[in-house]
Order: sequence, then structure tokens, then C-alpha cells
Amino acid sequence: MAFKPSRRFVILSGLAATGALVVGYALSPFSTLDRARRLTAREGDLMPAAWLKIAADNRVTVYVPHGDMGQGTPTALAMMAAEELDADWALVSAETAPADLAFANGALAKGFLAGDMSIPRWLDGSADFVGRKAAEFMSLQVTGGSTAVRFTGVIGMRGAGAAAKAMLIRAAAESWGVAEADIVARESRLSHAASGRSASYGEMAARAASLAVPDDAPLKAKAAYTISGTSRQRFDIPGKVDGSTRYGIDMRLPGMLFAAALNCPVAGGTLKSVDEAPALALRGVKKVVTTADAVVVVADNTWRAQRALEALAPVWDEGANAALSSASIEAGMNAALDKGEFDADFAEGDPEKAIAGAARTVAASYSVPFLAHAAMEPMNAAVSVHDGMVEIWSGVQDGLGCRAVAAKLAGVSMDEVTVHQLPMGGGFGRRAFNPMMAMTPRHIEQAIAASRATGAPVLVTWSREEDMRQDYYREASIARLKAGLTAEGRIAGWVHDFAERHDPPEATAIHYDVADRTARYVSGTNPMPWGPWRSVDHTVHGFTIESFIDELAAAAGADPLAFRLAHLGNAPRHKAVLERVAGMAGWGTNEPGRAKGIAMREAFGTIVAQVAEVSVGDDGRARVHRMWSAADPGEVVNPATFKAQITGGAIYGVTAALHGGITVEKGRVVEGNFDAYDMVRLGDAPRHEVEIVESGARLGGAGEPGTAPVAAAVANAIFALTGQRIRSLPLRQFDLKTGAQIARA
Amino acid sequence: MVTLTVNGAQHELDVEPDMPLLWALRDVLNLTGTKYGCGIAACGACTVLVDGQAVRSCSIAAADLAGSSIVTIEGLKTGEALHKLQAAWIEAQAPQCGYCQSGQIMAAAALLAEIPRPSDADIDAAMTNICRCGSYEEIRAAIHIAAASA
Repeated sequence: MAFKPSRRFVILSGLAATGALVVGYALSPFSTLDRARRLTAREGDLMPAAWLKIAADNRVTVYVPHGDMGQGTPTALAMMAAEELDADWALVSAETAPADLAFANGALAKGFLAGDMSIPRWLDGSADFVGRKAAEFMSLQVTGGSTAVRFTGVIGMRGAGAAAKAMLIRAAAESWGVAEADIVARESRLSHAASGRSASYGEMAARAASLAVPDDAPLKAKAAYTISGTSRQRFDIPGKVDGSTRYGIDMRLPGMLFAAALNCPVAGGTLKSVDEAPALALRGVKKVVTTADAVVVVADNTWRAQRALEALAPVWDEGANAALSSASIEAGMNAALDKGEFDADFAEGDPEKAIAGAARTVAASYSVPFLAHAAMEPMNAAVSVHDGMVEIWSGVQDGLGCRAVAAKLAGVSMDEVTVHQLPMGGGFGRRAFNPMMAMTPRHIEQAIAASRATGAPVLVTWSREEDMRQDYYREASIARLKAGLTAEGRIAGWVHDFAERHDPPEATAIHYDVADRTARYVSGTNPMPWGPWRSVDHTVHGFTIESFIDELAAAAGADPLAFRLAHLGNAPRHKAVLERVAGMAGWGTNEPGRAKGIAMREAFGTIVAQVAEVSVGDDGRARVHRMWSAADPGEVVNPATFKAQITGGAIYGVTAALHGGITVEKGRVVEGNFDAYDMVRLGDAPRHEVEIVESGARLGGAGEPGTAPVAAAVANAIFALTGQRIRSLPLRQFDLKTGAQIARA
Repeated sequence: MVTLTVNGAQHELDVEPDMPLLWALRDVLNLTGTKYGCGIAACGACTVLVDGQAVRSCSIAAADLAGSSIVTIEGLKTGEALHKLQAAWIEAQAPQCGYCQSGQIMAAAALLAEIPRPSDADIDAAMTNICRCGSYEEIRAAIHIAAASA
């Protein structure tokens, strides 16, 4: 198939000073998007978005406009470019692209979804949340929404690789006076069998750079892939086993000072005053700096800054949320649901009538708590304000978006801000700063203030307690579900009401056969700061919907798997992953004292079906022994890293299901560290098997989909084992031996 | 003055008696491979070897370690040659974000020093560090690979 750029989608190439061929894809800004235009360059400018470089020494460098937070994205993107280029994989490497408009990736996502570029037909599909969001702001380097491989890879990297190869072939044909069709490009060499001539890509790079860029370079058929679809070692791993990878927290600059920060403990509150003297009296302390809502102590090392901060007693104006509690938030959600002023994600047919006409009605209410991201690397940023410039080193998921936000915080233009995007010690949504997110990178704001006040570079590191208590949380939510069951055990009518909706809107979608259905929500009941948390709203609705389906199966007297399969007549891909996972897990058989639960969700274009096997210990706590996941991402680029992402996502979900819960008292987050917000460890992590179902559908995500079904699979297994239906998380609040609620510690 | 022996080299540090080893390593000696995760010995990101034992460096004072031999992730290589655990970590493609892996590898080094061929149960009991990315399967595999490579 050919990859035909439209007038909005231009391939660029050129000759670098070193004689290298550089090829990239560019898009012109969309004139209809005012907000985007404000952030981008002048109308008509080009925005190159994916680049690869072939140097004279034959080395291939792929510039990746995404952060590295552990999903192997740079490697997967390089694989996609190298595949189409027919490069020798040993010569390929990846580098993080600068946080510059020249490397924005939002435009790729926009084009991917808008359908106004002549992208291959098989790429067409329904728009989703990330793309729509990206369309609002093109100047993003989003690493989130499982977008990198789907958008940058599919459109940018494959296209750039194919165009570069076509140009190299043409250069060789002209150079040797032979037909292009007779030249073979393979493993970074061009050869012409009849004449016996051959050259490396690098030797042809300079000549190729002078040629016009083709607009019809063919993409390879999947059957011809030799790199994509095979497991390749990740580029980032060697530096992560010898301590040499430098995360933001490891940034060191000449003359750098170290700072600790204390933020107003109540969300939305501000700093009234602070007596700086007790801190300034301590060894190594250079300065106490304040912002509107925080106190920052700058010292000659982090520990001295932390200790001096503890000596201070700031006076806060706690503001409107001073009396907020988990109980008041829950009451607010219930009151809004009772009032019933809903907006709808979807409304088809007449669900209430269908339910009224059914043989019986099943209804249940569910609740989930706030969750913190708890990335292992606490929030931190190094900033040097010098010569009117603000230079930032930090691990962020969106370097370009962060640059826009930081410029606003610093009161300067984007041109005066440089962001050095460093590897992240976990992100999971917490580090996705950009103008469309309500998350403020206060650690960056604090480092800017501290550098300005001291005239030195300053690294601000938040304590674990600040990281946990000043997070932007996965929302707490309450859901009320109601459905009818016919005498034959078919679902008739589906009403899903819930409090607090963020993204993506398709997170309430159900793929089961029920014609009369609606999902309705109330918003604005919940003043706690919100941020995207691995798989976002799918974590909420994955639990409620897939638990409720299990309740319907039980009410119908049906096996949970059979009930689901019987309602997937219009969803063959979903049916296939369920059947696959059932086979993997030996569904229908159980070891003594254990039982299995099943759940299935589609998130970010990938369908994941999971089975969890649980037991209950003498202490009344659930233990998840094994999990099985079948995942259909359409196709897979790097199978080993894809499986690692599904597994990692599942364990992230198991931690949340068993332990995860942020509670609020007097406007303050109670949990401050891993003693109160525990994590699954190696010894109690489920053994996990993953199988990939390649349906050939449009490429889906890897990082997030594995988290969505977990809590329901675990809760459904507990029902199968004990008969107790879990309608509230986390599980640590229940004694599953007695069925009693355990008071929170 | 505190005298510390880190990765075979002696250092004189002008730090307070209660400064945790973690911050002496990171902010004074600039050995940033050892990570800060929690400060309360709950996560293990800061694990180093002290006289061969795995120790969470955030919760032990540097001043108490005069005369001890401290090994950090930076001291695990022999010259440029990777320690067998590091090679196994690459073979198993264990890290995701990688932030906890220094501590995981140091905990594994202490385990192998005590039990050269650990069982799954031995690994379960010894490897209590948090990996938020959930790379536990790969860590387990890497330890078995390293143990088998003797």
C-alpha cells in the first residue's frame, strides 16, 4: 500500500552538515484551532514530527518525540522506522528529541484521527480520547494514552522509513545508471545484482538528500516484516542496571543547591506566613523561598533542606476545602446522584422500559477510592535561571507541553524556556504536564523561584510524603447500575449512573449485546485535584461494569464466562480474547481453596481479558496467586515489551485492588508513605501469563489496557470463592473470612 | 568527620552524625545510582551492601559505618565487566522505568552471597523491594539466570 501525504502532511528531507540524510514528516498547523495556533508557530509553518537520520558512517538515528518512562517506546519506534527502511538493526539507535515545536507529536495524533490525511485505510477507525485531546493542542509531546507507537509510530516512523528507503534507491539508480526496480535495499545496503554494484545507505545518504521526497513510498506488507513483530532488546536497559541512567533527581550542575518543599496540606489553600529563622539557623541552609502555596528550603544538600523544613511551622490559609473528608465527598456524590441531573455518555433505545418489561431487575451500587500514582521517583526538578533564560531538567511525559506550562508559571515566553526531558522513574500519568491538563508542576514552579532567589541552579526534590499527599488523584467515584434479565437469562436494558467523569468518554462503553442502554454521569461533586492515572477512567468503570456483568451472570444462574460469550454476538474480537484467556487459565477448574474470576475491557484500542486466581488467608485477606491475560492490540511491534507492559499494568491494578486507597480528613490526605499505601511486592505478586491475539485490527496501546479489568477479575474470583460480592475497593478494608468490614488503620 | 569506605575507596565526609548514608552517597559523594524512594526503609530503592548485607541506606547513619565496607550499584562492575547479576538483568530485560533496579540488584547480590542457588521461595522471602512498574517476573528470572551462570 502507498503512503500518500496530503497537502497538510509533508515529508521533508535535507542534507545535514555532516553529510547525513535526514527525513521527517511534517504537518502544517490547522488554521481552525485557535488554541493550538496560540501555542504553535505562525500559520503556514511546518511542524516536522518524526525524524530519522542516516549518517555517512551508515548509522541510523531515530529521534523520538516521547519521554522514556519504561515502556520501551524509543526502541519500538526505532523498530518501526528501521523496518520500513530495511536497516541493519545493529546500526540503529534512538535519541530523545528536543522539547521543541519541530518535534511535536500532537499533530500526528490529530492527523491519525481526523481522517483528512490519506493514511492507509487499515489505519482508519474511531477517534478516541487521546487523539481528540491532542487535536486541541498540537504542540504536545504526549507520552500517555498509549499513543506513542499508535500515532508517532504508525504514521511518522513507518512513513519516514519508507520515504528514506525510496530516496536511497533512487540515488543509487541514478548513480549507477540502472533501473530503480532492479535495486535491492536490505540491511542498510543497496545492491544491483546484474552489475554487482553495491553501496551502504551511508554512502548514498548525501546524494539521496538532494532528491525530491516521494509522496508514494510503498509500505511493506506485514508478512515481509523482519524487525517489527520480533522481540528486540531495549536501548535503555544497560544504563538502568549499572546506575548510570540519570533521572531528574540525579541531575547535578556546577554550583547546584538542593531544596525541599512543603506544600499547603489542603488542596487549594495558600501560604499566609512563615517564620524563616528556625531553618536559617541550621547548617547548610542558604535560603527560605516561598510561593503562593508552598515553603521551599534551599540548602547545600537534600537532607539538610528536608531537616530544616521540618523546623518550620508555616501558617496556611486552608481555603474552601478545609473541612473536606472522604465521607463528605461520598455524601456529595450520593446527593448528586439522587438529584439526578445527568449528562450522558450514550443513550440508546429505552432502557427503563426494557428493564421494566424484563422478568427481573438486578441493581447494585459500587464505590472506588482516590488513588495516588506513587511513582518510585518522587516529583523533582532542577532549574537554572540564567541570562533571562529558564532552563529545566526534569522527567516529564510531555516535554513540549511542559515547556508551555513552565513558561506560564515563570511569566516568560516559551522561547525563553528550555526543557531537558530526562528519563522518568515512573510516570503513570503523574508527569503529563501540558496546557490541557489541570495538573500544575509545582515542583518546577518551586525550583524556578528558588533558582531566581539564589542565583544558582536548584534541584527541588519532594519527600515521599509530599509526593503522595500532593498528587493529582484518580477520582473517587460511586456508580449505580441497573439492568433487566429476561426469563431466558438475556440482559434487557442497561442503566449505568455514576459520579465524576474525566476521560476517556468511551470508558463506559459496553460491548455486550443490549440494545437499550445508557451511561449517565454527574460531575463537579469532588474538589480533590485530579490527574490521569494509568488507564484513566477505565480503572473505575472496568471494575463496576465487569463486576456488574458478573452479578447478572450469577442472577441468571449462568457461568460468568458463558454469560459473557453469549452476549458478545456483535464483538468477535472481544469473544476471541475471552475464549483465549479461558483456555490459558483452565477456566472451570480450581485448585482446592482457590477460585477464579474473569473480566474483559477494551481500553486505548487494545482488548484485554483477564482471569485472576485468589485464595483467602487465615487473616481474612485476599491473595492473588496467578493471573492470565489475553490481549488483542491489533498487531504488536515488540512482543516482549508488550507483554511486560500488560503484566506491569496488571500488577499496578492488583496493588490498587488489594491496597490502594487515599483518604481525606480535614482537607488533608491521610496516607503519606508506603507503610500506609502499600504495594504488591515480588513475593505476593501474582504469577502472570500473557498471550497476544493479533487480530490485524488497528494498532492499540500497551501501557494502559492491562490495568483496566484487574479489579473486577479479582473481585469476581472472591465472589466465586466466598459468595461475597465486593462492591467497594480496596479489598484490605474487608475481613473475607468473616465478611466484616475492617476499620481503617 | 566521618570516614566511609565506598566501592573500595576511602572518603572523609564533613557531615552530621545523623545524616543518613543515602544522602551522603547521593549529595556528598555524588553516587546517584542509589535512589531515594521513601526515607522510611519501606521500599528498598536505596539498598546498598554493607559488609555484604543488604541495607536500606535511607535509614542508617553514615557515621555509624566507619570501618564497614559499602558497595553501591556503581561498585558492582569489575572494571568494565558487568557483574553477573547486571548481565542477567539485561538478558531478562528486567527494568521498565528502572528507578528501583539499583536497589533490586543490590538486594539480589546479598541474596546470592548467602544462597548461591536460591529457590523461588528464597527469592520471595529476600526480594521485598517495591517495583511500581511490576517487573517482578523478570527480576525473578534474572536472579535464576545469574545463579545458574555461577
